[in-house]
Amino acid sequence: MLAVMLRRRSDLPMNEDTLGRFLPWLIAFMVFLSALALAGMLILNDAVKRWDTGLNATVSVQVPPGANAREDEQRLSQVLAVLAAKPGVERYETLSKDRLLELLKPWIGEAGQAQDLPIPMLIDVTVDRGVVLDAQSLAKELQARVPGVSVDDHRVWLSQLVRLVTVIQVLAWAVLGLIGLATIGTVVFTTRTGLAIHREAIEVLHLIGAQDAYIARQFASRALGLGLKGGFLGLALAVPTLAGIGYLAMETGATMVPKPDLGFFKVLGFLTLPVAVALLAMMTARSTVMRNLKRMS
Amino acid sequence: MPPKVRDSDPESIVRFENVGLRYGLGPEVLQDITFALGPSSFRFLLGESGAGKSSLLKLLYMALRPTRGQISLFGRNVASMSRNELPRLRRRVGVVFQEFRLLDHLSAFDNVALPMRVAGARESDVRRHVEELLAWVGLKDHLNSRPPTLSGGQQQRIAIARAVITRPKLLLADEPTGNVDDKMGLRLMHLFEELNKLGTTVIVATHNLGIVRQMAHPVMRLENGRLNTDEAEIISDLGLDEPGIGAGAAPAGPGFSRIH
Repeated sequence: MLAVMLRRRSDLPMNEDTLGRFLPWLIAFMVFLSALALAGMLILNDAVKRWDTGLNATVSVQVPPGANAREDEQRLSQVLAVLAAKPGVERYETLSKDRLLELLKPWIGEAGQAQDLPIPMLIDVTVDRGVVLDAQSLAKELQARVPGVSVDDHRVWLSQLVRLVTVIQVLAWAVLGLIGLATIGTVVFTTRTGLAIHREAIEVLHLIGAQDAYIARQFASRALGLGLKGGFLGLALAVPTLAGIGYLAMETGATMVPKPDLGFFKVLGFLTLPVAVALLAMMTARSTVMRNLKRMS
Repeated sequence: MPPKVRDSDPESIVRFENVGLRYGLGPEVLQDITFALGPSSFRFLLGESGAGKSSLLKLLYMALRPTRGQISLFGRNVASMSRNELPRLRRRVGVVFQEFRLLDHLSAFDNVALPMRVAGARESDVRRHVEELLAWVGLKDHLNSRPPTLSGGQQQRIAIARAVITRPKLLLADEPTGNVDDKMGLRLMHLFEELNKLGTTVIVATHNLGIVRQMAHPVMRLENGRLNTDEAEIISDLGLDEPGIGAGAAPAGPGFSRIH
């Protein structure tokens, strides 16, 4: 259908009006912004999935250090005993001191190498995904045995992060919606201008028996052609921009953001953008012409 | 009281009943126009400039709606037709506009092809008919020329070809010979006559009394917005029965005596 619409001959001097000069650029700009918004949404979506997979099923238990190594061991074994008996705990692993020092290195530097530095012991607990583990009651239970034990439930801050990301995603959808509305407004304005410019020729077409739909098809075909031209131009501009942003993100070591993964459906999503905008322009032009011609008579 | 116009009248191609027309709040430019034409009629519409000839033609090709009275075309009351029905009716009407109204960005071929394309004709048929007709009006070598590059006479022939390409049932021509020489003028009028013989009702608005005399068809005349259909009076008033009238146009033919 698209090919038929694009091949359609025009009886109106569409190529000579200003519509063709600036509409593709406006649509290119819209598609460019849409591509950025879509890319942002996809990246956030991936990030949430990754965080969810990595953190949703884990809990960290922090055991304060005792006065000596023996006390440390006692505390640790008491905590591990509770964890071992706890339903839903799939796996637990005590992080070695070397691993802990490695994790703390960005904050305490080489000072951590001093073996006498009191560092809390950390147990990484993996919870069965089918079980809802109440972190607060676990903490109370552990504190009854070993005072000072704390339980860090990642799901709490993860859920806050997910909420934040959801808000950002809603905003991105709103941006896409606004871009759609701006496209409709632009096409309505340019189509009305076109109708005014070609009024004389349209009258002749009417007088020789052209239906409104015949005239509307000519405007719709034109809008589709210009929409596709502008749309793919916008996408072509968005690709290096997104690549540049991705490169900068990798260079600055932003590990929170996942490496862009361009699967088939994502590529398809980006390729759909210019086509969708062009179809929107086509339908808007058609309905604008039909509405205005009814008013003209 | 004139007879009521029936909504479906297979006998008449055109029927006007007490039609009046005014532009905005101005005076009536057409008053109490009443006439009817059957299939295969041919009428010359005479009248001085400003008499209302173009306005009457505009009512006929449905560019204007009357301010009073009733117009029926092909047996249908135009006032009762919906907007969607008008294009189908307009395709049965061919119009040669006084100012041609060609689309300057299209070639002569595409201009003439418009009515066929609008009606959804096959492109092979369009090519065959348009080329044949343009050759007939002497524009075989100008198929791809755009109207602004052609003379007034050539543009007029394109306008006429566009009006007749679909063999309309009603042909309206506003000064169709105004920009062509006498020979071509007569040739074009013979084209109208050929269509008329095939069943097309033709109304030609013209100042060219020579052509009127030559073609020997009934006349009607607009005077101050009123239509006079009394041929004897018109012929006498305009001196159409005197030899030498219309000199410089087509020579007087034997046919005009038929009107008497």
